[in-house]
Amino acid sequence: MASLNPLAWWRGFLRLPNDSPAKTAGVALLVALACSLVVSVTAVTLRPLQNANRLAESSAQLLEMLEAMGEGIPDTHMVELATGAYVNRDPGTTTELPAERDRAGLGSREDVATVYELRDAGKLRLVILPVRGAGYQSILKGYLALKADLNTVAALIFYEQDETPGMGARIEEDAWQALWPGKQVADAGGVIRIEVVKGAGAGLHEVDGISGATRTGNGVSRLLRFWLGPDGYGPYLDRLKTESSQ
Amino acid sequence: MTELLLRAIFTDNLALAYFLGMCTFLAVSRRLETAFGLGLAMIVVETVTVPVNNLLFTWLLGPGALAWLGLGDMDLSFLVLIASIGVIAATVQILEMVLDRHVPWLYRSLGIYLPLITVNCAILGASLFMVERRYDFSESIVYGFGSGLGWALAIWALAALRERIDESRVPKGLRGLGIAFILTGFMSMGFAVFGGLQFG
Amino acid sequence: MSDRNRTLIDPILVSNPVTLQVLGICSALAVTTSLSTALVMSAALIVVLTLSNGIISLIRNHIPRSIRLIVQITIIASLVIVVDQLLQAYMFDMSKRLSVFVGLIVTNCIVLGRAEGFAMKNPPGASLLDGIGNGLGYALILVAMGTLRELLGAGTLMGHTILPAVADGGWFTPLGLMALPPSAFFLLGLLVWAIRMIRPEQAETAPNGKIGEEGE
Repeated sequence: MASLNPLAWWRGFLRLPNDSPAKTAGVALLVALACSLVVSVTAVTLRPLQNANRLAESSAQLLEMLEAMGEGIPDTHMVELATGAYVNRDPGTTTELPAERDRAGLGSREDVATVYELRDAGKLRLVILPVRGAGYQSILKGYLALKADLNTVAALIFYEQDETPGMGARIEEDAWQALWPGKQVADAGGVIRIEVVKGAGAGLHEVDGISGATRTGNGVSRLLRFWLGPDGYGPYLDRLKTESSQ
Repeated sequence: MTELLLRAIFTDNLALAYFLGMCTFLAVSRRLETAFGLGLAMIVVETVTVPVNNLLFTWLLGPGALAWLGLGDMDLSFLVLIASIGVIAATVQILEMVLDRHVPWLYRSLGIYLPLITVNCAILGASLFMVERRYDFSESIVYGFGSGLGWALAIWALAALRERIDESRVPKGLRGLGIAFILTGFMSMGFAVFGGLQFG
Repeated sequence: MSDRNRTLIDPILVSNPVTLQVLGICSALAVTTSLSTALVMSAALIVVLTLSNGIISLIRNHIPRSIRLIVQITIIASLVIVVDQLLQAYMFDMSKRLSVFVGLIVTNCIVLGRAEGFAMKNPPGASLLDGIGNGLGYALILVAMGTLRELLGAGTLMGHTILPAVADGGWFTPLGLMALPPSAFFLLGLLVWAIRMIRPEQAETAPNGKIGEEGE
């Protein structure tokens, strides 16, 4: 008799008039439970795959950029941004950026960052810096590669952005990224001058803007200036310059 | 903030640039009176739901949001969709009750379209964009109001146009829905002009 | 034509959800800048629509009236979350391009419209067919728009160059407008016109009774 009870109880529940409070509460609860179960199981099961996708995408972009330049796999280093020194572990701490220092619109930035170097028998040939910042309506993420003089751009790519399709989104296109190699980030006095201008760029510090995407271009200029400045990789680059001149 | 407001109303207009809320947009724009009421209702619902969903995301669902409970590792952002709809459904329900008691003519003229605001993609879309662009609370209020106002302006304009064009000789196959799309296309081009505005 | 076949075939041309029932327009306009996004979006919608129709139809006799809408939305939302998660796991690039629009399938009027208008009143078998049929009708419009907008806007289809662009040494000057919102509205208006020329019974009469002096 006991084994029939759950089934009989279930049938009894189903026979209740739909608008009775018991049935309403019961159906609501059952639907909620069933849906939450399905959704949570899916989300949790698929999370590792999604994280791997995100990670793979940024490394894939880095390697693709290097391959396009004819380079191989770089050395990875962790750098403490405030001092520019190599460190062995990333404590995962961040520093808040007050508005006047927060040129890239990040809010805060990590204290330890990952950089990539290519060296020939100890001599620095290429440095690749992950950069990111606020564009017109999304966060732009990319890599800046600098040549051994730490001033000439070897390449700049963006692999993640959500700007206006056909306009700001074109910073992801090869044609626009091809404008960067050979440009210089700072002038003879060491002042960071690189920027995306409206229209055609003149000289070594200006890059052509994309028409209709002025705000995105400004975002690129701002994020580059941030990451090349004292709150970004500035101290690290200064240290590399001192080392290479010794 | 001014820039955000003007962007939300004009260049990022939910209806004309992102095509959100189209079903109701086309269905209710035949008469200016109903369109007017719906537009007002949209403004109210948007201005309430976007900031509330922002709070939900910041303190409950976003990555690291539950740090105040000591659960900083949790990331419940996959629940944003269903939580936002819950907030929207509740807000619309309350609005319905308020309108029924205090503005009965509007309640009657909106009819079925009031509860349909719950599933209006523009309302949900605004909240989803707010999450994607990581607006903070004050930005959410501005964006919610601006996006609601933008959508309302678009439907008011289209309703006014459609009332006029119903008097004209439109080719048979284009009548009604077809010409409404073409009109909306021109309006969309017009609103996009604001993208050329420079702010300092 | 048997009843079952009609449920499946009708929504494709005779009572197309987008052009006649005026449902699901939002996403039809937003994700059609390229053919690949249009295809993925169509697939996502067909999956969600079919499953939601089926599930809601299965429990249709036991849903209390007062919570009807929210139960339907909960089921639809859960299905959409699952599809979105699957896309992020297995088609990562595509999920980024579709951004919020997969999530917006929840409010896609077609899904809720068919749930309320068909699944609540019909057995699961027919509801499944209705879901597939309407999904295919939606897909037809999306694929048509996606093809036109990508071909005329970039000269490519699925990323492969069909019309060589001037910038690459060819003869085709891409129509920049195709990437922008207004073109979607114009194209859809023209598509509606085309369908109503093939099926004149779908054309609307003027609301005040005038048919217009065009004489057709």
